[in-house]
Amino acid sequence: MRYVVLKALTLKNLRKVYRDSIVALSGIDLSVKEGDFFALLGPNGAGKTTAIGIITSLVNKTSGTVSVFGHNIDKEPEAAKACIGIVPQEVNLNLFERNKDILINQAGYYGVPREEAKRRAEKYLKAVHLWERRNDIARNLSGGMKRRLMIARALVHEPRLLILDEPTAGVDIEIRRSMWELMRKINDGGMTIILTTHYLEEAESLCRNIAIIDEGRLIENDTMVSVVSKLQNEVFVLTLTEPIKEAPILEGYTVRLRNNQEIEVEVAKEQGLNGLFEEISKKSLYISSMRSRSNRLEELFIRLVENKNFEATASNELKVKNIINSDKEELN
Amino acid sequence: MSVDRPYESNFTNGESSDGPDLFSINLVGLLTIVRREVRRVLRIWVQTIVPPAITMTLYFIIFGSLIGSRIGEMGGVPYTTFIAPGLIMMSVITNSFGNVVSSFFSGKLQQHLEEMLVSPLAHTTIILGYIAGGVVRGLAVALLVTLVASFFTELNIAHPMITISVVILTAIVFSLAGLLNAIFANSFDDISIIPTFVLAPLTYLGGVFFSISLLSPFWQKVALANPILYMVNAFRYGMLGSSDITLSTAFTIILFLLFGLFGLTLFLLRRGIGIRS
Ligand SMILES: Nc1ncnc2c1ncn2[C@@H]1O[C@H](COP(=O)(O)OP(=O)(O)O)[C@@H](O)[C@H]1O
Ligand SMILES: [Mg+2]
Repeated sequence: MRYVVLKALTLKNLRKVYRDSIVALSGIDLSVKEGDFFALLGPNGAGKTTAIGIITSLVNKTSGTVSVFGHNIDKEPEAAKACIGIVPQEVNLNLFERNKDILINQAGYYGVPREEAKRRAEKYLKAVHLWERRNDIARNLSGGMKRRLMIARALVHEPRLLILDEPTAGVDIEIRRSMWELMRKINDGGMTIILTTHYLEEAESLCRNIAIIDEGRLIENDTMVSVVSKLQNEVFVLTLTEPIKEAPILEGYTVRLRNNQEIEVEVAKEQGLNGLFEEISKKSLYISSMRSRSNRLEELFIRLVENKNFEATASNELKVKNIINSDKEELN
Repeated sequence: MSVDRPYESNFTNGESSDGPDLFSINLVGLLTIVRREVRRVLRIWVQTIVPPAITMTLYFIIFGSLIGSRIGEMGGVPYTTFIAPGLIMMSVITNSFGNVVSSFFSGKLQQHLEEMLVSPLAHTTIILGYIAGGVVRGLAVALLVTLVASFFTELNIAHPMITISVVILTAIVFSLAGLLNAIFANSFDDISIIPTFVLAPLTYLGGVFFSISLLSPFWQKVALANPILYMVNAFRYGMLGSSDITLSTAFTIILFLLFGLFGLTLFLLRRGIGIRS
């Protein structure tokens, strides 16, 4: 019996420089435990989709290593790929194919025999409430339905790791709720889930662990609980008139010594500063100056909130419009 | 709903001790792609099968019956009989090419090609799947054109094995050529340039409508640089028993193209050219 917790995903020093020398990822280290519900959070352009593209072998990496359940994607690409189910950010369905066939085919690409593939297509179409639309073609589905169909498609080979790239971007709140419920159920069943999103609340309500990337850099990788508490606290740097040897104990506050004349105090937003000053006076400390330490995480979140309404899927929809508008599938 | 614990599924998903069974994955995958491609041809038969049948019927009416009767004989047979193998091959070439270029390029454009790229399927399997679609459409149209031809002229097949092998090999070659075109294509223009500026001239000058013995010695040499000439003539030999070129040269050229194109497309897909960023 194994008691070691397996790593569902390990990224080591992952770099991606696109043509035109756009640096999308500048050396990311990350690991996701088996069974985890993991959030990859970051503003638009942070590099989330690029990272997922590399993991699923749709994007060639510049350097670094990726392992999926211990399978290095360069050395054992098939074994690694067989473990992953992917729900991409942009709709990538064959719009002219019947929904049922999309699932049966996808199972076939993973070697699931046809009879079994049909059973699974039924099971997962029902799971995403699209069984009634099984004989319809993907083109006739609404945006939210297309997304659910892509989730079913990613599940049909029953992967161990499900990756969803902004599955809830641009879908209305009701559908988003039902997708959350679905993802929770899948994760409760034991499947590891990595979810990228730029909604903090979404990550907070679903995920246990989180990595935050910005401009291709990992800026935070911790449990959800501790990241949320970091966000709710403000850190002040206090300069003392007299040097001290160790951090003073201030009741109700976390204090760290920066150097012998500076301390850092974490203050929860609802705590206020009066209590802090009382504590400081009690300890007979004299403060010559005080400043708020810049909080990269917080700055990032302000940007995230501002970015919230961006249109995630617009570009692809536009590209495909050509074909959708004409009924002609044969191109020449 | 219930999503079962995924690893209790009885199907292996990359976790058996010696890794996934790649042979059976690729076999099931190949059958899946072939079925999907054939279904596509049949589903849109109005776009895939009917237009070439109509075009070829017109060719037979105009060149075969109307003009052909004035031309008399070519290559020792009535003109209508002479052009029948050429027109069949022309349909095979354009339809095999067109099927793969359209299907693969629309997969790139709608991005559903990614469905296969993220799966454990080998690139060879993907290529073979698209070839199968191209060959099926090429042969389906060829059969239809043969049927049309039989209304205009009497067709006997002199060497069935040669006829069948040439037509299949040619369909494979042009399926691969269509795939190559689609790999490099980034726009609709890119997939119409090759058929219009390369394929059509080579086909029309490839001995479909005339025997190269009509050409001056210089132009005969030029014509011999056109691979389609060898395919058309090998096929004509299979059907009528006469040809402008030697059969072994034709087969050598066809096989050389086939393996060359297969190797090239495989190399490109492995490198991710045209399909990965
Ligand atoms: N195919 C591409 N070619 C060039 N640059 C790209 C490509 N895809 C993404 N980028 C760039 O890489 C950066 C990261 O993008 P992306 O991974 O899509 O971020 P996210 O998914 O976090 O929004 C952006 O600056 C983006 O413009
Ligand atoms: Mg993205």
